[in-house]
Amino acid sequence: MAVTTQEKEITSVRPVSRVDLGEILSRLGKFLVYLTLVIGVILFTAPWVWMVSASFQPLGDMFNWPPTWWPENFTIDNYHDFLEAAGLGRWFLNSAFIAISVVVLQLFFNSLAAYTFAKRRFPGRDAIFVFMLGTLMIPGVVFLIPNYLILQHIPFFGGNNLLGQGGHGWLDSYWGLILPASVSVWGIFFFRQYMKSIPDDLIDAARMDGASEFRIYWQVALPLSGPAIAFNAISTFTWNWNDFFWPLLVISSEKLKTVQLGLALYFVKNRTAWDDVMAGSVLATLPVLLIFLIFQRYFIRGIALTGMK
Amino acid sequence: MAILARTQQKPGKEPITFGDTFKQMRKQWSAYLSLSPWFILFSIFTLFSVSFSFYISFREWNILEPAKPFVGLENYIHLFKDEKFFQSLWNTILFTGFGVPLGMASGLLIALLLNTKVRGQGLFRTFYYIPVITPLVVSSVIWKWIYQGDYGLLNYYLLRLGIIKEKLLWLADPDLAMPALIIMGVWMGTGGIMVMYLAGLQSIPEELYDAAKVDGANGFQRMLFVTVPLLSPTTFYVLITSIIGSFQAFAHIYIMTNGGPLGRTTVVGYYIYQKGFRHFEMGYASAMAYILFALILIFTIIQMKYIKGDIQY
Repeated sequence: MAVTTQEKEITSVRPVSRVDLGEILSRLGKFLVYLTLVIGVILFTAPWVWMVSASFQPLGDMFNWPPTWWPENFTIDNYHDFLEAAGLGRWFLNSAFIAISVVVLQLFFNSLAAYTFAKRRFPGRDAIFVFMLGTLMIPGVVFLIPNYLILQHIPFFGGNNLLGQGGHGWLDSYWGLILPASVSVWGIFFFRQYMKSIPDDLIDAARMDGASEFRIYWQVALPLSGPAIAFNAISTFTWNWNDFFWPLLVISSEKLKTVQLGLALYFVKNRTAWDDVMAGSVLATLPVLLIFLIFQRYFIRGIALTGMK
Repeated sequence: MAILARTQQKPGKEPITFGDTFKQMRKQWSAYLSLSPWFILFSIFTLFSVSFSFYISFREWNILEPAKPFVGLENYIHLFKDEKFFQSLWNTILFTGFGVPLGMASGLLIALLLNTKVRGQGLFRTFYYIPVITPLVVSSVIWKWIYQGDYGLLNYYLLRLGIIKEKLLWLADPDLAMPALIIMGVWMGTGGIMVMYLAGLQSIPEELYDAAKVDGANGFQRMLFVTVPLLSPTTFYVLITSIIGSFQAFAHIYIMTNGGPLGRTTVVGYYIYQKGFRHFEMGYASAMAYILFALILIFTIIQMKYIKGDIQY
């Protein structure tokens, strides 16, 4: 690089050497760009790499100073111990059941409402839509206490009578985790944005053929909304799999614990069992990580879409 | 096409009288039916919920006691004398006021760097995004270890680099706990912000840059006068969603610090949880939630007014 620059400076007039200076600067710039990005990646992935590495180390090795990044005494005992001590299998099933139920319900309810908002004309449509979006401004903490009390007083469930008295209602049940989450304003908004891009001609052609609105939704709009479906499904699954706060409030019995709740309470109870907790953390992350890596194309594109108006 | 779209509703005529509206509503009954699953849940868990919360906030509401007496504004008045509430508000402001701008700056920086047509953009993006999908509980476990005083990773590397002289107790030191949580928050939030900025950057037409180049603008000027203004809708969106997200912070505080030391990491959300579900003062906690709601509302309105004239599409 340096040699060629010198050669050119000798053989040619000034303007060329200026171009080369520019090139050096731009190469330097490129180098700095890569350097910053790589340092950033190291900082952002290090905590995560440490978790995986630590989960394969005996407890004693975790306390090494300097830290060992590559397990010296590789072991899978942590996983073994965690699985034995905690009810992980059951937690996994609970989390999977809850997350998948929420995904299925949300896909149906969100997309149906979104189709109605995007492609049908009826009195009050825009007013209802704007009102719906307006409620997004209410911070989540406002709902905590009332929703907890509402769940507690759902009639006829959990030993409650008609007036919702006497039992625990939907608290400490799958219902309480699934139903309040089964429709989402964000989801409807996102789906609607997507469905707006379906040409009206298509919908109208189907209407001319006498198809009912539900059929148009089911057979025309929905099949054309693949990416929106994928994004809604993945993000809803991730959100519900990772959720901790609501299960913490709602669930009290051992057999209904989700992965995150189980792991968190295990950690709070066994503050020194770092080895087992690291193994549990890896296991609790694995499903969402796999789903993200497989479907990340949809994920990234979907997030991009939500940011646009 | 426009005419076709309206064949069902008589072209161009919007219903004017109540009778017309009513006829339309009857004709389109199935539209209301399709909205009903959402509307039923929305009515219970959002509309009723918000009003119910307001109702509770005027009562002394202990879930264990059958009597829930009306106390008027007592909860609200009590709030203004509660030092812990003001501390939690201040903590929330610190957490948001430092965390959100830092996260946005790092997200924007990475997005700008990735947008310079680097090789392996997708791979970089994946790595930066992984913290976002990592469960909060798991992130809390990892960072609790990183911040450990005796064996923590952070202390080791800061000592090695000579930045600190002795081991610091990140989460137990009243002055360091909040910064520690903010750093962790930036780690968790940057990836999401980066992806949104990348989308915003990619929607800026290439011709604008070419035109600026022709006009003799250098790289820095192009960024200042083309990129930044055109990104303002994205910035606005990112800002609002980040602030909302930041106000919801809970899980890592629950797992890592329990609101301590000396209440220095008790944010409003955590204080509401403590009051409502630990001390069973649900009326008081609801009043707190409403004050928070009001503050966010005021803040959003100011922001909208202030930024409205600034956004260029």
